[in-house]
Amino acid sequence: MTVSSNGGVKKGSTPPRTWFKAFFSFLLTFVFMFLCWIVLSGKFDPLLLWLGGISSFFVAYNFYDLLFPALGRRYFIIFLKFSAYVPWVIWEIIKANFHLLYLAFHPRLKEMIDPQIITFETHLKSDIAIATLANSITLTPGTITVSANSDGVFKVHAIDSQSADALPGIMLTKVAQIFGETI
Amino acid sequence: MTTFFLSVALGLCFLMLFSLYRVLFGPTVLDRLVGVNAIGSKTVVLLLLIGFLYERIDMFVDIALAYAFLNFVAVLAASRYFHKRKGLYEESFLE
Amino acid sequence: MNLLVVLFLLVGVFFFLGGAIGIIRMPGFYTRLHPAGILDTMGILLMVTGIALYNLIPFSFDSLLLSIKIFLIVFFVFLSSPTATHSIVDAGMRAGLRHWTNKKRRG
Repeated sequence: MTVSSNGGVKKGSTPPRTWFKAFFSFLLTFVFMFLCWIVLSGKFDPLLLWLGGISSFFVAYNFYDLLFPALGRRYFIIFLKFSAYVPWVIWEIIKANFHLLYLAFHPRLKEMIDPQIITFETHLKSDIAIATLANSITLTPGTITVSANSDGVFKVHAIDSQSADALPGIMLTKVAQIFGETI
Repeated sequence: MTTFFLSVALGLCFLMLFSLYRVLFGPTVLDRLVGVNAIGSKTVVLLLLIGFLYERIDMFVDIALAYAFLNFVAVLAASRYFHKRKGLYEESFLE
Repeated sequence: MNLLVVLFLLVGVFFFLGGAIGIIRMPGFYTRLHPAGILDTMGILLMVTGIALYNLIPFSFDSLLLSIKIFLIVFFVFLSSPTATHSIVDAGMRAGLRHWTNKKRRG
């Protein structure tokens, strides 16, 4: 759709899609913003509801193509796959957390850890895939992304060799699968 | 339950002292920043617990949310500020 | 239900304790970031989940809204914590801090 090659959404430069798609995307943004307003305010005075409606209308009118850019089938499938990915990554975080906790309480800490910076290359293209992988690596304990550029080169600081060995591995495969990219 | 919340809140305050050690004696500026970040993330939970103790959780949730935002922005701004400073007391780094 | 809340809070405090001790004991700047950035995120996740559960006990629509709002904090912390950690690492890299290596292992 309008997702450009580096994953960013071009605004303004593309000619308007069909009028209906733009309106649907506007409507979805409006509903989402209004739900956020209701959750955050928690009150149901008519005045507050009107204010929320007006401000969500302005936000949705100006930025409708940011949150739900392309309502194609591809976008929907990516969303579904991503929702399946989130519980897996949280489970992975919990497992690796205990490892770090064990390290922190270990009496001979300085012999246990072996900090190192490793570099690996991937063939991820889109920005959102790279950002997802970088954030997942940082959230998984024992590894922190030092830098990741748009060519897909990752520089990771790992706290011991066990977390360093596990690195590109299965997480990269999953992220590549979500966004339909080659590894 | 109130007593339990109070003791948990006191425990969190005690843990903040640990992080405060890093803020006071950290060899580099960025170490201090790490300590401040850790204190800030404990404060968010502490604010929620205080909200239960005062029974005004609906008000304290807003404060905690704003504090989480503020902590994030503060860390970002401070780390950007120290971006290109050379020699952040590196000599104490060599053990 | 109360037991579950107590369990969540205690395990969360334990994670925070691990983070605090890790921050003090770890050698070198980059290794300190690991417990600071991540064990604290885990502690927030557990403790705020416990608090949201406790808030839900006399169930009503208002308390449900409030619990969603409390859980929004977790969502936001999960988004912001890697970014903050990465920003600090980036600052350290550009300042040229060397990272602590285990000399015995390397030989």
